[in-house]
Amino acid sequence: MRAYQPKDNVQKKSYYNDRFYVTPTLARKSVYDDSVFSNDYLSLTKKVTVNDVYLELDHLVLWINPEDNISAIKHAKEILAYDFLVELSAIDYVATKGGFEIFYEMLSTSKRKRLRIKTFIKEGTAIESVNPLFRMADWSEREMFDMFGIVANNHPYMKRILMPEDWHGHPLLKTYPLHGDEAARWYEVDKIFGREARETIGEEQRDSAAIDRYDTTRFSRLGHEVPFGTDIRDGKEPDTPVRYQEDGGIKIFGIPLVTPFDEIETKNLKERR
Amino acid sequence: MAQHEVKYLSNGGAPIALTTVDKLVNFGRSNSLWPMTYGLACCAIEMMATGASRFDFDRFGTIFRASPRQSDVLVIAGTLTKKHAEFLRRLYDQMPDPKWVISMGSCANTGGMFNTYATVQGADRVIPVDIYLPGCAPRPETLQFALMMLQKKIRSQPCSLAQKAKRLI
Repeated sequence: MRAYQPKDNVQKKSYYNDRFYVTPTLARKSVYDDSVFSNDYLSLTKKVTVNDVYLELDHLVLWINPEDNISAIKHAKEILAYDFLVELSAIDYVATKGGFEIFYEMLSTSKRKRLRIKTFIKEGTAIESVNPLFRMADWSEREMFDMFGIVANNHPYMKRILMPEDWHGHPLLKTYPLHGDEAARWYEVDKIFGREARETIGEEQRDSAAIDRYDTTRFSRLGHEVPFGTDIRDGKEPDTPVRYQEDGGIKIFGIPLVTPFDEIETKNLKERR
Repeated sequence: MAQHEVKYLSNGGAPIALTTVDKLVNFGRSNSLWPMTYGLACCAIEMMATGASRFDFDRFGTIFRASPRQSDVLVIAGTLTKKHAEFLRRLYDQMPDPKWVISMGSCANTGGMFNTYATVQGADRVIPVDIYLPGCAPRPETLQFALMMLQKKIRSQPCSLAQKAKRLI
């Protein structure tokens, strides 16, 4: 017999675990498998210290120290002809490693090669902005600041880009709750009506299946409308039967065509005939 | 063919139609509902389709206006983010009374599938809503039906009621 497991909050937990699931890993190849990449790597090692290097999905991945990011990207852009900075962002590893992984994805249109420069910074430290080299970094670094709280030094306009400026917290951190912290949950109420309106408006309704049948301030049942805010709990709901035009009977030129239905006059049969 | 002759012997004998102020005012209001040109997300595409020739809002007297000062209906068509909530409230406040609000689609009603930190969980947390319109996104027919329900609501109420400002708080 299976051991009993408590069923409280069972929907909130992960309900399915594949016992045979193996996290896929990408095959890493040596940098010397590709002649173009090995030349790039050897050229870059003269400029900065490279901690680790490998090929992954035909990308050259280089791990550098965070203080070398400007010189490495400048070298890749000006000497190695990687003329596009395609993508720049961070990955949250605060819980496991105590910091963030920052990656710079670059593309060379002349060599048709892609290069990824990776670095790791401790939580609370800043990184130098690559905005002077690539204008693309302007918005990407602002997004990185907005979502993770990583400051890019010497950035021309280090402000939030997606969230409002008076937002509290950085939403893409793993520690940030999906439904928002307290400041986020009351954001629009605090901003528009003020903090004292919290009690009047009430908590957010996060249950997508919630239906309050007796709420007469926001909903009215079609055909069963009552005045705004009427209390219809405990059987106080007024009887609003569906009325049809024919209820009074239909007469054409004084001749009754449809006689009105009278509930009192009707007879219920006790058994089937 | 226009009739210039007054028929005193038919129609009760006089060229007069009797009605109430309520009915007259509500007739005017409900048949010239001017919504604001205001779209937030994909529901706005359906709203545009409803306004365009196939579904044709114009035959209801519903003409989209480019300014909140000239509108009396606000169709919240799409996802309302928390960043945008204050602007929606400001636009609503700029509309002259009487004014009505149609919350179009799941996102505007309850936050919909965006059960996240950045989305307002129901536009009625910010402004009072008259008609909630289900769907993701609602078909143009649904928006037409919602407009007709709103017309019905306006006609069924005394016209002085609409002048009373609805307040969330």
